[in-house]
Amino acid sequence: MLSIKNLHATIGEKEILRGINLEVKAGEVHAIMGPNGSGKSTLAAVLAGREDYEVTEGEVIFNGKNLLDLPAEDRAREGVFLAFQYPVEIPGVSNINFLRTALNEIRIYNGLPELEAKDFLAKVKDKQKLVELDGKLANRSVNEGFSGGEKKRNEIFQMAMLEPKLAILDETDSGLDIDALRIVANGVNKLKSKENATIVVTHYQRLLDYIVPDFVHVLYKGKIVKTGTKELALELEEKGYDWIKAELGEEINAE
Amino acid sequence: MSTVLEKNNLLLNFEEKFKPNVFNSEIDLIRKNSFEKFSAQGFPTKKSEEYKYIPVEKHLMVELSVEEQNFTKSNYKVSKTFETAIDLSIVNGNLQVENEIDTKQFYISTIQQAIKKHPELINQFYLKATTDSQDSFALLNNAFANDGCFIYIKKSAVIESPILLNHFVDANSTFINQRTLVVVEENAICTIYENIESANVATTIYNGVSEIFVNQNANLQHIKFEQSNKNLVVINNQETVQSKKSVASNFTITINGGLTRNNTCIRLNDEHIESHLYGVYVANNESIIDNHTLVDHRFPNCNSNELYKGIANDKATTVFNGKIFVRKDAQKTNAFQSNKNILMSDDATVNTKPQLEIYADDVKCSHGTSTGKLDENALFYLKARGIGELSAKKLLLQAFVNETCEPIQQEDIREYILNALHASIV
Repeated sequence: MLSIKNLHATIGEKEILRGINLEVKAGEVHAIMGPNGSGKSTLAAVLAGREDYEVTEGEVIFNGKNLLDLPAEDRAREGVFLAFQYPVEIPGVSNINFLRTALNEIRIYNGLPELEAKDFLAKVKDKQKLVELDGKLANRSVNEGFSGGEKKRNEIFQMAMLEPKLAILDETDSGLDIDALRIVANGVNKLKSKENATIVVTHYQRLLDYIVPDFVHVLYKGKIVKTGTKELALELEEKGYDWIKAELGEEINAE
Repeated sequence: MSTVLEKNNLLLNFEEKFKPNVFNSEIDLIRKNSFEKFSAQGFPTKKSEEYKYIPVEKHLMVELSVEEQNFTKSNYKVSKTFETAIDLSIVNGNLQVENEIDTKQFYISTIQQAIKKHPELINQFYLKATTDSQDSFALLNNAFANDGCFIYIKKSAVIESPILLNHFVDANSTFINQRTLVVVEENAICTIYENIESANVATTIYNGVSEIFVNQNANLQHIKFEQSNKNLVVINNQETVQSKKSVASNFTITINGGLTRNNTCIRLNDEHIESHLYGVYVANNESIIDNHTLVDHRFPNCNSNELYKGIANDKATTVFNGKIFVRKDAQKTNAFQSNKNILMSDDATVNTKPQLEIYADDVKCSHGTSTGKLDENALFYLKARGIGELSAKKLLLQAFVNETCEPIQQEDIREYILNALHASIV
């Protein structure tokens, strides 16, 4: 589904991603872990099409299409979804209006008719349950005045509505209490299928108790330096990132 | 060195046309004084502080007829479909009524009709709010508006649907002085909705002055919506005088047009008054929209709240100048002002200037102003959900203007205005 080859990206003069290689197949869950500043969120942003970053080298193929050629909106329409680490508050735009616009633009792009209002509202009702989101929140302005947990649940709610092929969760667990964490993880698990894939970007192993990954990658200084299974995450939790740094010390310093 | 005012043709034309005896001796004296003041100070130029951001001078150089427009029935038909208490048309400055309209709730007529029927009211109110005006256009209007529209809302009247004033301009190359006098009597509640439109005319100047008296305990919602042609220059001086315990909500919405200057002045002339000023302006192409507001707190224990929002696109220019005076006696005043602008193009210009003068020492006043591009983070968030660039901008800009129209009480009017605003965006 997703094939990243030798991806380099910079912001300003600074190179953040320094040759990422990653293969994600349908049905898989990949976790990307790493210390602060290793480039995890940059990778998520570059995949979603954030223009602050410049891709200087490499390619990203998503279902046969060169993702880097597409503007952010077309990536979303192709089925890429980024759950934001910091969901943006948009005063004056109602959640419902926002989602209806998004869903219909995605449908039109994919040659489908717009959803009837009745069907749309039924879908909203159905998906709200998934993340235990209060109906009132759906009618409020996008994320405005939401608590941290509500914002993250709203991200997963949007994901449920838009049904992406590839979901990238950027530190979705940060700042959540245990209830919110469970609700969010539960939502993600319910949305998982053989046809879609999930990339979980996280600093902590904790979330991976709830969303069990098929692969765990360690990102360090802009490169994937280690790949393993869920046991790798446990090992990281136990030993901390210094262990990886020590193991790689020579190699990275030599660069 | 002599400083002789160089008078342009327009000014000279007006001087020839002044009629000293139009109403009665008292009113005509005020008119004569205004005429002399205007004649001495002339039209504003680029050097005039109050008009320095807009090229009004250029429009005064063209040949303009200063003849009074005849009372001509126009083919213009009001196309709006909302509920109204009464529909009135003002075509080229003339109120289109044959006879006065006298109901339990209101009295409406031309000022010339009213001075025969209700001389006491006209003597009490007409020209009283603009006698001391400094603005050349207001002075000119004082002197040369030989008739006008009189709306008198009777004591304790409750009028739910708005009184609709449809201004329509189709006169070519003309300088029109349009005059309105509104008196909302004690304890009355009403909405006045003014709509300004124009046909595709060659440069015409529509110089309007509205005097509005909101008497004790009365509540007025006044909405002024202009969407005119690019050759229309609209100068609008509004003087609202509020009495004790009255509430006034003022909405000024301007979409495009050639050049629009709104001078909106609210005098809080007693205690326990509440005043709301909302404004939205969307300027595309080469439109110039200038809003000058003045909120004058003269007495203690009053509240005013002002919110103006604007979008400047293409090569447009917008101006916001918001004055708040809190005079020495106006203790316990709450006065708030906010002006927010979105700049959509590198060739557009936004000028914004809050101006607070506070002479009382126990007050709460604040002002804030911002000018910037659309929020990039919000834009990216929308795009990351599959919403295209244009729709994303539209959603954000619509949300930006909505706030200023939400307080409009009548849903049908609010929807009508929002639809027009939304259509004008991007």
